[in-house]
Amino acid sequence: MASTAKKQGVGSVIWDYLTTVDHKKIAILYLIAGGFFFVVGGIEAMMIRIQLAVPNNDFLSAGLFNEMITMHGTTMIFLAAMPLLFAFMNATVPLQIGARDVAFPFLNALGVWLFVFGGIFLNLSWFLGGAPDAGWTSYASLSIASAGHGIDFYALGLQISGAGTLISGINFVTTIINMRAPGMTYMRMPLMTWTTLVASVLIVFAFPPLTIGLFLLIFDRMFGSSFFLVETGGNTIIWEHLFWIFGHPEVYILILPAFGIFSEIFSTFSRKRLFGYSAMVFATIIIGFFGFMVWAHHMFTVGLGPTANAIFAVATMAIAVPTGIKIFNWIATVWGGSIEFTTPMLYALAFIPSFTMGGVTGVMQAAAPADYQYHDSYFIVAHFHYVIVGGVVFGLLAGLHYYWPLMFGTMLSEKLGKITFVIFVIGFHVTFLIQHFLGLWGMPRRVFTYLDGQGYNTANLISSMGALLMAIAVIILVINIIMTVAKNQKVGRDPWGDGRTLEWSLPLPVPYYNFAQIPLVRGLDAYWIEKKANNGRMMPSESLEDFHMPNNSFIPFVMSFGLFVAAFGALYFASGKDWAIDAVSGLNVHPWAPWVLGLGLAITVGAMITRSIKDDLGYYVTKEEVLRDLEEEERRAR
Amino acid sequence: MKNRWMNAKWLGLITILAAFASGCGKNHLSTLRPAGEVGQEQFDLMLLSIIIMLFVVIVVSIIFTLAVVKSRRKNLGEDFEPKDVAGNHTLEVIWTAIPIILLIILAVPTVYLTFKQADTQAMENDDGEVNSEEIVVNVTANQYWWEFEYPNVDVVTSQELVVPTDKKVYFNLQASDVKHSFWVPAAGGKMDTNIDGINSFYLTFDDGKAQDSNRLFYGKCAELCGPSHALMDFKVKALPEEEYDQWLADMKNIEEPVQAFADDAAEGQEIFNNSCIGCHAVTPTGAGAQGPNLTNFGDRELIAGYLAHSEENLINWIEDPEAFKPDNKMTGAYDLTDEEIASVAAYLMELKVEEGSGDVETLRESAEESSEEESTESGEEEEEASSEPSEESASDSEEDSSESDEEGGN
Repeated sequence: MASTAKKQGVGSVIWDYLTTVDHKKIAILYLIAGGFFFVVGGIEAMMIRIQLAVPNNDFLSAGLFNEMITMHGTTMIFLAAMPLLFAFMNATVPLQIGARDVAFPFLNALGVWLFVFGGIFLNLSWFLGGAPDAGWTSYASLSIASAGHGIDFYALGLQISGAGTLISGINFVTTIINMRAPGMTYMRMPLMTWTTLVASVLIVFAFPPLTIGLFLLIFDRMFGSSFFLVETGGNTIIWEHLFWIFGHPEVYILILPAFGIFSEIFSTFSRKRLFGYSAMVFATIIIGFFGFMVWAHHMFTVGLGPTANAIFAVATMAIAVPTGIKIFNWIATVWGGSIEFTTPMLYALAFIPSFTMGGVTGVMQAAAPADYQYHDSYFIVAHFHYVIVGGVVFGLLAGLHYYWPLMFGTMLSEKLGKITFVIFVIGFHVTFLIQHFLGLWGMPRRVFTYLDGQGYNTANLISSMGALLMAIAVIILVINIIMTVAKNQKVGRDPWGDGRTLEWSLPLPVPYYNFAQIPLVRGLDAYWIEKKANNGRMMPSESLEDFHMPNNSFIPFVMSFGLFVAAFGALYFASGKDWAIDAVSGLNVHPWAPWVLGLGLAITVGAMITRSIKDDLGYYVTKEEVLRDLEEEERRAR
Repeated sequence: MKNRWMNAKWLGLITILAAFASGCGKNHLSTLRPAGEVGQEQFDLMLLSIIIMLFVVIVVSIIFTLAVVKSRRKNLGEDFEPKDVAGNHTLEVIWTAIPIILLIILAVPTVYLTFKQADTQAMENDDGEVNSEEIVVNVTANQYWWEFEYPNVDVVTSQELVVPTDKKVYFNLQASDVKHSFWVPAAGGKMDTNIDGINSFYLTFDDGKAQDSNRLFYGKCAELCGPSHALMDFKVKALPEEEYDQWLADMKNIEEPVQAFADDAAEGQEIFNNSCIGCHAVTPTGAGAQGPNLTNFGDRELIAGYLAHSEENLINWIEDPEAFKPDNKMTGAYDLTDEEIASVAAYLMELKVEEGSGDVETLRESAEESSEEESTESGEEEEEASSEPSEESASDSEEDSSESDEEGGN
């Protein structure tokens, strides 16, 4: 067996994870870090709901509340949802396409460490003078005016973690295009792989606008430029465009992989192939394409004029068509199937009505004149939580239960899983359904309190109760995870019994090289075909020979750490300087800032030079080792 | 038989409507109780979209429930092998075509209303000047208060917007510091007050609906603008046109600050003139000031936009504004003892505009005259009109001149 089977000390396990380039271990890193930030974001959400439970509450001060909402949104989108999706993408995609690793294992490791250091940097703001407080959208006029370094933490933290995301996106595009096993044509790829491909393409095109926007903000706040300073000829609307040109595709970057997870689950637990596979693929591509054409629907009230509003309204409505196709195809997949109500399947089933509701309120907002009323009210809050929780988070929870055996070789408790499911789904609807009405009754979003006597009291209290239920559900989930890890009851190949795609054909735990021999793919649902037409073993596409694998490396960690250090230098660069904007010119001068900035960049550049000069040719896994593993697997199976 | 069924049907409909109406929120701040043409059109569009979307949700839910109930493994047995269906062309066409039709039904009124509600041509006359025939209000949003200027009659007020009913009211919207958003939910949707340029739109206030909510609507800031964003409320007084004209005339009539009457108020006026007048004007002029115009403070409904209008609240507010509106610009701008604050409060509560003191006719004539003058000899006239040119307008003109210099250089 691989090194995982050997008894290892804690130190060597940690070292192994710090240096790993194995996509399966990187998936676990994403899962742990993303899970941690999900809990942090959840605690922030609870703080928000406690503050809003009753009118005129003073649980949080106004300033602290704005920091809470900003960090809740930023954390959940950038540090929880995206990394958790990357966890499942890393865990499944190379296995689904029959590859031994991703195209650029080194970049994969770099991606995860950039995200981790970016996330830590952003959250350190809580302890270093205050978190960002201009909302997760950080609109320029307010983010330039925001005193202190909160916004700088936001801009630099997202810049670092965003670089990691961009790198991972490029990696997945390359992997899926180049690394597919023989016979795995585009139209035989599982939906999870397809949605990963499209989402990764979206990342490649959507993140650069964010990077540019953040750089402009960084230059303004830290180096005294004036891109967003109106009095010196800047323009704040540019930020809104840059942010939403990224921000809208971002929604699809999140939801498409979730669609992929659900597609796998629907077909697995209905024992039926996905209905309308090619329609699903094209719907995915069209959604990805349209995702770039609709950003200004976030800006209907900015005053872009009726022509722009009308065009973007109609384009936004058009997105409902491919999404509708997907919903109906999923229902048709379930129709006539044989449904087993496992925890992942329950989440998938609950997703259909929940996401449909989030989708239809989205179409309602596409009607621009009506959106003048919805915009920036609680109706919007309700809508995007229906999409993000009812779509993405349900997908993540479903994926967590579904792919847990693939990632860890054990099964999460189905009983606790179902309890979590029931409480979470009830809590979710209690929290967010009522918020639609709050918005229609005239309650703006991002308010730290509301006055008594405006008719908002009961609805807000109900909403907070629902949030409490969701928190309880997450606690049960954490207990479930801890118990499962403690028990450590191993399961074998195809633990759900109805696995259809290539990843379930592998022994559990999956060998570090994934496939002893790269399999031959004979159609959609490759493993299912072999189960029905063969002995349930994939046919190899190559003879058993030595094959090449990449070496572990500590360099990605060092590279990311260098940027982490440099960010502190950039952050304090403008503190107390005459030329700086008002928000930071009154603070203490930090004379060491340029040196720290230089030191950090030197670390990163040094690591890059080392990487370039040092030959790292990888190593060969010998035929003998693979044969030994296969024999042992045979013995265990008997 | 048929009759009874009809009755039952109507009864059911009325019950549903009643239930719906009770969930519609308050008259003065709910989007579901539209109080004017704009809000009504938006409400109708919302209703149309809700009906279409409810139809979609119901259809999906029914098919979905059927699919799940029919296909349970418990019922079908462990060995049941579902037939693998690759897809169905007819079905795909159906569930592509029907949503497209539904969306077209929604898209047509959407596009129509988008253009209709953006039509603010009537605001300006042929020369690009403010049209004196129309009601135009210049709104300036500031960190955490609102200024309303009536450019046709050169009247400035703050926090309480006064508008005539049954008439289009045009708004020019801009922010002075950070982006805000101007929203009167009952009257219609919001529009952002950017710092980059001016946005324009119109609202209408129906007289009957205004009476239903005691002629007072709530307005809110809808864009996160700092810690006190939640408290950046304003009020809209919707008066019949004659009363509105009278109010304007009364305001216009105040050319000198109203003299204090009571002793402590007189003392307060002196303190006010020393400590407060730098930011707060007490004559209805000087748009773009540092702080809210207080000319008619004694007539207002609320203090700081949200506190009940009592002298006690006013004293508390002046003593420590930060406790009420965190991050406001007033905190620390003055240093007054408790007695001084009490005097100032007494003075401010006396700042009332005498009803019926102004002459509507002269107001109307002067408005027409001034607009004619403006169109003939623009520029200089404006500076005379506002007794204290604000910093902003000063810097504006500076910018203008520097721009023209550059042009000349080129």
